[in-house]
Amino acid sequence: MLQITCPYCGPRDQDEFTFGGEAHIVRPLDPDSLSEREWGDYLFMRENPKGNHKEQWCHSAACGKWFNVVRDTVTYEIKAIYKVGEQAPEEETCKSHQPEPEND
Amino acid sequence: MQKYSIFSLAKNALSYHKNWEQAWRSPEPKSEYDAIIVGGGGHGLATAYYLAKEHGITNVAVLEKGWIGGGNTGRNTTIVRSNYLWDEAAHLYEKAMKLWEGLSQDLNYNVMFSQRGVFNLGHTLQDMRDIERRVNANRLNGIDGVVMNAEEIKERIPIINTSPNARYPILGASFQPRGGVARHDAVAWGFARGADARGVDIIQNCEVTGFRRENGAVVGVETSKGFIKSNKIGVVAAGHSSVLAEMAELRMPIESHPLQALVSEPMKPVLDTVVMSNAVHGYVSQSDKGELVIGAGVDAYTGYGQRGSLSIIEGNIAAIVELFPIFSRVRQLRQWGGIVDVCPDACPIISKTDVKGLYFNCGWGTGGFKATPGSGWVFAHTIAKDEPHELNAAFDVNRFYTGALIDEHGAAGVAH
Ligand SMILES: Cc1cc2nc3c(=O)[nH]c(=O)nc-3n(C[C@H](O)[C@H](O)[C@H](O)COP(=O)(O)OP(=O)(O)OC[C@H]3O[C@@H](n4cnc5c(N)ncnc54)[C@H](O)[C@@H]3O)c2cc1C
Ligand SMILES: [Zn+2]
Repeated sequence: MLQITCPYCGPRDQDEFTFGGEAHIVRPLDPDSLSEREWGDYLFMRENPKGNHKEQWCHSAACGKWFNVVRDTVTYEIKAIYKVGEQAPEEETCKSHQPEPEND
Repeated sequence: MQKYSIFSLAKNALSYHKNWEQAWRSPEPKSEYDAIIVGGGGHGLATAYYLAKEHGITNVAVLEKGWIGGGNTGRNTTIVRSNYLWDEAAHLYEKAMKLWEGLSQDLNYNVMFSQRGVFNLGHTLQDMRDIERRVNANRLNGIDGVVMNAEEIKERIPIINTSPNARYPILGASFQPRGGVARHDAVAWGFARGADARGVDIIQNCEVTGFRRENGAVVGVETSKGFIKSNKIGVVAAGHSSVLAEMAELRMPIESHPLQALVSEPMKPVLDTVVMSNAVHGYVSQSDKGELVIGAGVDAYTGYGQRGSLSIIEGNIAAIVELFPIFSRVRQLRQWGGIVDVCPDACPIISKTDVKGLYFNCGWGTGGFKATPGSGWVFAHTIAKDEPHELNAAFDVNRFYTGALIDEHGAAGVAH
């Protein structure tokens, strides 16, 4: 099981969180103009990398807020945590993107 | 191939079993093959076997990065059934069931296929409505199945807890008498031996690291043992399908998740059928060695580490102990994880791709073992003819662009 640091509440057991899949999938701005190919890509196709994965988590059993995580899908190590709307950190700077653990 | 029989057993006993022929060779790869299969799990080995047996294509290599059967084939809980809801899925899994029924004879290898029946329990009114609908659909498709109530289940499985006071009381079940289990390793080894005997090269410790393409067609694979030429390549890599797709710049609707299972210490026979429950998420059978074989659910997050979270096992064991209070003091021996390739509609992709000569068979997720012979059979056809068999035509990857999904999610009752 993972321990995840919610950017709003601090470190908690994974049980308090819901996994939300791949992050940064942009909702089409003009859905009517999409081809079937583009719709299929948006709805179903996924990166599913072996290595660093940018993904969404929701602190569903507490503050209810969504945020982004970079996690290694082989070691399961959490490399970075950043808020929705923030840029994904570059590979090298992941380490500095851990929220300050709050005492609780 | 040296045939296995009571006579060969007796003959070899005279020489203290020291002179058995190796079940398959371990050749160095040739520079070129008529077809290459990437992934030496049950599905890949079955594909090679049927390419040789049904289509006469024998200049074939199976490339496996580890050892054959070391992936999900050797890690699964071996439940076999064909009671899927939708016609497309029902026909595909029933094809596999028919092949299972003659497989040991066909391969001259005992895959220990045991048709001890499979129960899918219902715990709510909605579960029971779904079960009745599914059993009806199955029977219309010529697939065996009956709906049972709690008393009938109790009569068949005396140790099960049908108390109405249970947290999730058992209201009934579907039962497929022809369902059961098979010996997973034997399935890999039997197909490997059969394929090898027909000329297929099984090459272990050979990882595919890239596809070489020319003018939109595949011309070979880069591997840890060098470049190997072929203009027909079938990828059957289960949890690693996305990784291989990326090497060919293809996109797949797949997410890889860890899925866990565990076995108990061996006990005297106590459970002679297979019991599955989707609602409380546990399933259990007893192996011929006497171990309880218990399957859990997937971890919610994606992952390629072949292990999962303890909290998943905890919930799983709680469910099993509620169903079978008699198991509460049984000790567990081993626990492990495999990486399953989950598809959005819980159905496989057995398909041509945008790269000519490159075929993918993946997305079986948590439930592909039961399909092993059928999957290999239709995939061999797809590769040999460069077009799908009617049994797998609906399982094209393009269904995610046309919208013709085959939604087996809740429909099949359970995930495995
Ligand atoms: C815990 C668990 C329980 C399950 N229970 C059931 C069940 O009860 N019933 C059921 O029907 N199904 C079940 N399944 C699902 C089933 O095991 C799979 O769907 C099925 O085994 C997939 O078959 P395969 O032979 O293609 O996979 P695998 O045996 O995983 O074969 C894929 C092979 O590809 C190889 N490979 C990957 N990448 C490369 C590369 N780059 N180069 C070369 N080789 C590569 C891997 O090493 C692997 O050996 C379960 C799975 C798990 C993990
Ligand atoms: Zn929070």
